[in-house]
Amino acid sequence: MDEKVSVLVEFLPQLWDGLLVTLQLTLGGAVGTIVLAVVLGLGMLAPTGWVSVPSRVVVEFFRGTSLLVQLFWFFYVLPIVLDVNLDPLTCGVLALSLNYGAYSAEVVRSSIAHVPKGQWEAAMALSLSPARRMFRVIFPQGWALMIPSLATLQIQLLKGTAVASFITLQDLNERVGVLRQQTGDTLFSYTVGLLIYFVLAWLIQVGMDALERQAKRRLGRGGPGLLTRVRTRLRGNGSASSTTASPTSGSGSTSSTEVAS
Amino acid sequence: MPPTENGTAPAIEFRGVEKRFGDHTVLKGLDFTVSPGERVTLIGPSGSGKTTILRLIMTLESLTDGYIFVHGDPLTHEERGGKRVALPGKQVRANTKRIGMVFQHFNLFPNMTVIENLVEAPIHVLGLSRAEATEKARGLLAKVGLSDKETEHPSRLSGGQQQRVAIARALAMDPDILLLDEVTSALDPELVDDVLQVLRDIARETDITMLIVTHEMQFARDVSQRVMMFDGGVILEEGHPEDIFTHPTQERTRKFLSAVLD
Amino acid sequence: MNPSWWNWQAAADALPLLLEGFLTTLIATVGGTIIAVILGLFIAVLLRGLPAWAAWLPRLLVAFVRNTPLIVQLVFVYTLFSMNEALIEVSALTVGIAVIGVHYSTYMSESYRAGIDAVPQGQWEAISALSLPPVRSFRSVILPQALRATVPSLGNYAVAMFKDTPFLMAIFVTELVRTAEQVGGRTFAYTEAFTLAGLIFLAASYPTSLLIRRLEKSLATY
Repeated sequence: MDEKVSVLVEFLPQLWDGLLVTLQLTLGGAVGTIVLAVVLGLGMLAPTGWVSVPSRVVVEFFRGTSLLVQLFWFFYVLPIVLDVNLDPLTCGVLALSLNYGAYSAEVVRSSIAHVPKGQWEAAMALSLSPARRMFRVIFPQGWALMIPSLATLQIQLLKGTAVASFITLQDLNERVGVLRQQTGDTLFSYTVGLLIYFVLAWLIQVGMDALERQAKRRLGRGGPGLLTRVRTRLRGNGSASSTTASPTSGSGSTSSTEVAS
Repeated sequence: MPPTENGTAPAIEFRGVEKRFGDHTVLKGLDFTVSPGERVTLIGPSGSGKTTILRLIMTLESLTDGYIFVHGDPLTHEERGGKRVALPGKQVRANTKRIGMVFQHFNLFPNMTVIENLVEAPIHVLGLSRAEATEKARGLLAKVGLSDKETEHPSRLSGGQQQRVAIARALAMDPDILLLDEVTSALDPELVDDVLQVLRDIARETDITMLIVTHEMQFARDVSQRVMMFDGGVILEEGHPEDIFTHPTQERTRKFLSAVLD
Repeated sequence: MNPSWWNWQAAADALPLLLEGFLTTLIATVGGTIIAVILGLFIAVLLRGLPAWAAWLPRLLVAFVRNTPLIVQLVFVYTLFSMNEALIEVSALTVGIAVIGVHYSTYMSESYRAGIDAVPQGQWEAISALSLPPVRSFRSVILPQALRATVPSLGNYAVAMFKDTPFLMAIFVTELVRTAEQVGGRTFAYTEAFTLAGLIFLAASYPTSLLIRRLEKSLATY
């Protein structure tokens, strides 16, 4: 076992290089996914068919064909059709973005559609411009709804990056294969590899959970944020005892302050 | 086109307004006018089209046929060369700037604090500076008795408090027309009076034109100069609240009132 | 009219081979789905039945399998098998079906869990009020209701699995996409082969998805 650990330690720089490729694919794919998700998701909700129908077609197309087919298509076919040279990393990011972007777009669409109609109407009654209506009122509320599903898809995206080895990229998956050859121990090498992926997935989940808590706090749900608590405490200096009690004890205490005022 | 230019024009005019949802006709060739500063209460059984009238003025629904004029200017459609032409969205939005609406379910923005709810539109629609908008918002919050809730999230307020914030939010836009759509229907009975008192104060202190849909008949009697009874998408009868409430001419009105006043 | 990069003859030549590869894809999907549907239910019931102190290890295992790449798992298990004298005879397709089935069972167990959770509390109360035997009544009262709500979700995962079967080429199973790659390598008709492969996937998965969506709607309105 010691011997294998020393091989692993020696191999660490190579493993690190592989990890970097995986991280590049994940981060590049994540950015592409979110951009496409918002564009296509809102596109599908557009009132004019000129926008909503093409958005829907793109989403269904990339959801309906397999990730690996898309990857190979970008790698082998697109250079022929467009007569350009795409490096493998770009191909990988492109395929991952489009595939998971299409799934995420559906999440964005359905979350936005779940924001109560009254919110749209209130924004219209205040004559807010369509862009402001969407990005200041509707989207922040849909955002809280979409995070859990987007988190799942971001982890799927991380797992999906392992396809990169099919197009000659030396990502974490490929490096783990090399580690296996060097140690001759399949169980050891792949356990190490899978654990790294597992930790990355866990980090994504932790990050997305934090985002979700923040988003819910903005909607005044799930306990007041630190900032609100401090602010209330600072403002209520005179009658501190009654005002500091109200935000922590929630809606139940509002009736008592109402009577007081 | 400043609204004062047409000082003599009615605040609101419906001309042959028709509204259909699919096969169902909600409003049939409706004609009426509301003078500037007038307070009109719309009553009638549910489905009689009264809420639809408010929603048409707020442009939350599009009218199937006819025209609505606000201070003499066409709101959503105009007649051009004998044809009914829809106005561009931007112009419609500009036309509704000085029309405010308070909803049954408050519809405060949950992602903003109370004060943010109040300054959002004044800053980004009316072009006020943040300082101006904040000062004005604070004044309005004081008026509705919620000065201490400035930085709260709406979800932490009672229904009555939320509705008072919603009224303040509508007033922050300096409306000359205020539409009140069953604003107390979703409230617990003990919270209704606070909200109605705020509205009575506004009615007394301002000359905002008001269109009110409500089941609170005492409030309607106190505030409005005219009551319109709707049934089946047409005005069944209208008149001074005293007359309508004490001796309605129509059998349907009498039945409706006795059901509501119980 | 014809773009220089598209050759109808090459496409026509590739199609029969691709359809042959597609047959393997279908076999893998059906086999994987059967394993995932059964194992997923088993996991869901197990995790529900175990006390909290005993459930953490299976829970961690399930999370581990779900949150690590299928491709890596495939190569891992396939290599283990091929290194072992006793297991070397097991075909790559069999290994692949097993791994893909286990991987998706961790997803499907979540669908079952959600389905069981969605059974109204009153049903559980009715069981205890009638003093019905717990295991039997779970099987005959709770489960049928839970399964109804679960079917569309399981269907969606089956479609997702179908689109993941190309990963089997990592362990040299000649399914649709590997066939396309081989055709491309032999005839340089990459464009035709991969485009057709994509269209075959779309032709199979899109109608299935629509069917599931319709099923979802009809179950929701019930």
